[in-house]
Amino acid sequence: MPNLLFEAGLEEIPARMIAAAESELRERVLALLGRERLLAEEHEIRSYSTPRRLAVQVSGVLARQPDAAQEMTGPAWSVAFREGQPTPAAQAFAKKAGVAVEALRKIPTPKGDYAGATAVHRGREAAAVLGDLLAPELAALYWPKNMYWRPGKPERFVRPVRWLLALLDHAILPVEFAGVRAGNRTQGHRILHGDAPVAIDHPDDYLGALEAASVTADVALRRHRIRKALDLETRSIPGARWREDAALIETVTHLTEWPSVVLGSFDREYLELPEEVLVTVMRDHQKYFAVENAQGRLEPYFLAVLNTHPEESGIDTIRHGNERVLRARFNDARFFWRVDQKISLEDRVDMLPSVTFHKELGSYWDKTQANLSTAERIADTISKRGVSLDAQSLLTATRLAKTDLTTELVKEFTELQGIIGGLYARVQGLGESAAQAIYWQYSPAAVDDPVPPTIEGQVLGLADRIQTIAAMFAIGLEPTGSKDPFALRRAANAVVKILAETGLPLSVSDLLQALPSALEPATREKLLAFFRERMEFWLRDVRGFAYDVVNAVLAAGADDVRDAIARAEALTAVRGSENLAAIAIAFKRSKNILRQAREKGILNPGEEIGPASTNLLHDPAEKSLYNEARMLAPAVEELRRRREYRSALEQIATLRPHVDLFFDKVMVMVDDAHLRSNRLALIGEVLNAFSSIADFSELVSA
Amino acid sequence: MTVSTRTTSSALTFQELLLRLQSFWAEQGCVLAQPYDLEVGAGTMSPDTFLRVLGPDPIAIAYTQPSRRPADGRYGENPNRLYKHTQLQVILKPPPADIQEIYLQSLESIGIRLREHDIKFEEDNWEWPVGGAWGVGWQVMLDGLEITQFTYFQQCGGMDLDPISGEITYGLERITQFLQGTDSIYDIVWSRDPRTGREVTYGEVRLQEELQLSVYNFEAADIGRLWEHLRLYESECQALLDQFNTEFRPKAEKAAERHEKIHERLVHDGAGRPEEDRAIALRRFPLLGAYELCLKCSHLFNLLDARGAISVTERVAVMARIRNMVVGVAKAYAAQRRGLEA
Repeated sequence: MPNLLFEAGLEEIPARMIAAAESELRERVLALLGRERLLAEEHEIRSYSTPRRLAVQVSGVLARQPDAAQEMTGPAWSVAFREGQPTPAAQAFAKKAGVAVEALRKIPTPKGDYAGATAVHRGREAAAVLGDLLAPELAALYWPKNMYWRPGKPERFVRPVRWLLALLDHAILPVEFAGVRAGNRTQGHRILHGDAPVAIDHPDDYLGALEAASVTADVALRRHRIRKALDLETRSIPGARWREDAALIETVTHLTEWPSVVLGSFDREYLELPEEVLVTVMRDHQKYFAVENAQGRLEPYFLAVLNTHPEESGIDTIRHGNERVLRARFNDARFFWRVDQKISLEDRVDMLPSVTFHKELGSYWDKTQANLSTAERIADTISKRGVSLDAQSLLTATRLAKTDLTTELVKEFTELQGIIGGLYARVQGLGESAAQAIYWQYSPAAVDDPVPPTIEGQVLGLADRIQTIAAMFAIGLEPTGSKDPFALRRAANAVVKILAETGLPLSVSDLLQALPSALEPATREKLLAFFRERMEFWLRDVRGFAYDVVNAVLAAGADDVRDAIARAEALTAVRGSENLAAIAIAFKRSKNILRQAREKGILNPGEEIGPASTNLLHDPAEKSLYNEARMLAPAVEELRRRREYRSALEQIATLRPHVDLFFDKVMVMVDDAHLRSNRLALIGEVLNAFSSIADFSELVSA
Repeated sequence: MTVSTRTTSSALTFQELLLRLQSFWAEQGCVLAQPYDLEVGAGTMSPDTFLRVLGPDPIAIAYTQPSRRPADGRYGENPNRLYKHTQLQVILKPPPADIQEIYLQSLESIGIRLREHDIKFEEDNWEWPVGGAWGVGWQVMLDGLEITQFTYFQQCGGMDLDPISGEITYGLERITQFLQGTDSIYDIVWSRDPRTGREVTYGEVRLQEELQLSVYNFEAADIGRLWEHLRLYESECQALLDQFNTEFRPKAEKAAERHEKIHERLVHDGAGRPEEDRAIALRRFPLLGAYELCLKCSHLFNLLDARGAISVTERVAVMARIRNMVVGVAKAYAAQRRGLEA
């Protein structure tokens, strides 16, 4: 069975884009082969990438597409044949179907007899199909940022395409993209192998030939080798280990074709600098791994991943080069750290008016004032609800939270904002509680980040974000579609996470209540909808609840995050029960009946229904439903109030026989108007009484 | 230590590096231009890059460019930061397919044995918002040190470019420091007298300038006058641009009208054909003068910034004003070139 190899050679692709592109190309090639009926049942697909290439290899490709028969219907039989002779219409149809006129058949249809034919589509050679269709798949890859490079700008791509390799077994496929014709040659490592092309005779030779040219094309293998090399180099330092950093491993894996690792060191005196600063310089600026001892404290070493196995004479040169760069950066950091200490955070408050927060919303001084008032109100609310917190430290932290934006160290390492402020607050003796709150104010930045460890930090984080979100919404800067320039979704996700994972007795509307100025009703509506959407994201994508459970739960209330989670958990636990599934169906039916009644004008759209009256209950089935519901409602309500949602749902499920019987025996939309409205009132009442935990009609039965 | 000592003794001096790189690019067919004789923040701002990347004419040009960044000054005290550093700028339009290989050869030409080093091309996209210019490319890392910015220009003066230009910008002090293995820029050997072996360091040549201009930029420059200079240069530039736009880029109906008038005048004066006259006037129009005024403004802005005289709110507004000028000149320049070709 033929074996396909397709490789695109490029100038260095940005490391952050490679993994997604490799998997997209793999999916595209697989889909193409499937669509074109070129995939054998037994097939295997592998993909590879380095900074200079994306490649896909498929074994189990058919040499040609199987022929396919297609039934076609043509003109009416009476039009196609006159007196047994084919007319021009018949001939045209036969030509179109690719068959002889004699092969036309009579096909009886309800509209009469028609001429029919079985057209046979001859399968094309795989080489021809792939020659036509591989390049468009490559061209269609998604890149976060594209460029032009050729005169006339005929195509855009992530970086210039320099070579293509396309082989079906030994045959070169006629693929062409960006002015490059595919051949059977690839390129090895830029430096170690040089410009000489590497010929690939057969797809199975690909990995081996590249290894011989100092390129490891298999990403997993490269990653594994990097990890091994890091382990090995670290072993020379007793008791030390390199600090695990999965994201950095990915980056260096995608920055190298032939990785090796060199261990470097720096002067112990730099360890006086905060670890956060040292690690940021090493990881973010230099892509080095930090080295720590068994207690997790930094050791004065680093590990650099190289894209080469240097000649022996080169190793020291490379080590010294990297050490010198790191030393210069640490020197800068130390200089900034010392300079920053000359002005305390307290004194920096006066500098905030000249730092713009947003051109319409004012400076960071204005922002700080708004945060102070918001934080104070939130603190008030939770104190009243029995949470004890250090209000003084919270206010100190809030007042100083943004002052580190004026420091040199944050200007140099913007990713350390907040953290630097917290470290300075500690050094300047502002108290551990305030320092911690400042330090953690921007966490969680991503959904996996931890929430601030202290209540003061959590409140500061909530106040800062809710104020920003509301202020932006108030001037019409809410996120739309893929546009979210102020990262408000991320900020709202953080709010949801803090509310979800801490014990703070706060709802979204409590937070909106704490804002310094009252919200326009329209803005408030938008904010509530926005937070509902974020909660939906949280419940579904982060917590993994089924989408219909999430819909059911949020339809019954989307204000209190932890409560929504508790309800979702309870509903997930019981939704599989037959009784609840039946209830869900009955509720959906009730809802439909009520909706139709409104549509037909039997109920006024806004009309309050119920309560049902006992003397209009005739059928035993409706009586039993009425009695049972009346009896159950207070018990369920009590369980709901105590947040014993699972028991409450189990109670609701006991309604099932009564509900079933009701719909079995009782016709709601009867002619008698009194009876009809009473029955509508009854089902309305049942719906209302038992939908406060979840709107069961949102559940989708399995 | 033995290794770095050996490297040091055989390493190029600053001026040798400069000469070697220039010869290298001359051998690649580049025109060697001289540094532009006005203050610029980067080699990109020289008209040899900023204006030449516009339009269809191919170019291959290389030049060194002292680049002034007032806020980066450190009074000569920081071993790794300079107010004024030296760039070697190469522009290739269109970029040859082997531009990266040629670049790597240029490193070999200055004595970097690539097999003994770690070279990476890491994504780094370049942007000069004030010039309406951006491109995609890499920073080239040599043993962890950024030695070159490599950019495929995509837009300039707010206009899409075609053909694209490839830009290679070497940081010469950094590279020399790397080659010589010195911890401070000021210890770089600038030149070595071949007769006596006497060495002159970078510090001897430039330290005084770094010190005094840091003092000027951070302390002495007269803020009021800087603003005044900025206004003067800006208004002169704006006046030139307005004049160009009225004379050569009028709205369609006005164009016809003007054409008629000129024609009438010329017929009465008995002078040559109006089209020729217009072409001459177009070619003579001093847009390059207007661009120099932009550069003046840009540098004054940087000085005011270093002086701490621009509040954050003002900053955005002033940058927008300079952007208007720079982009205005670029558009006019492109129109001028098109007009002359037509």
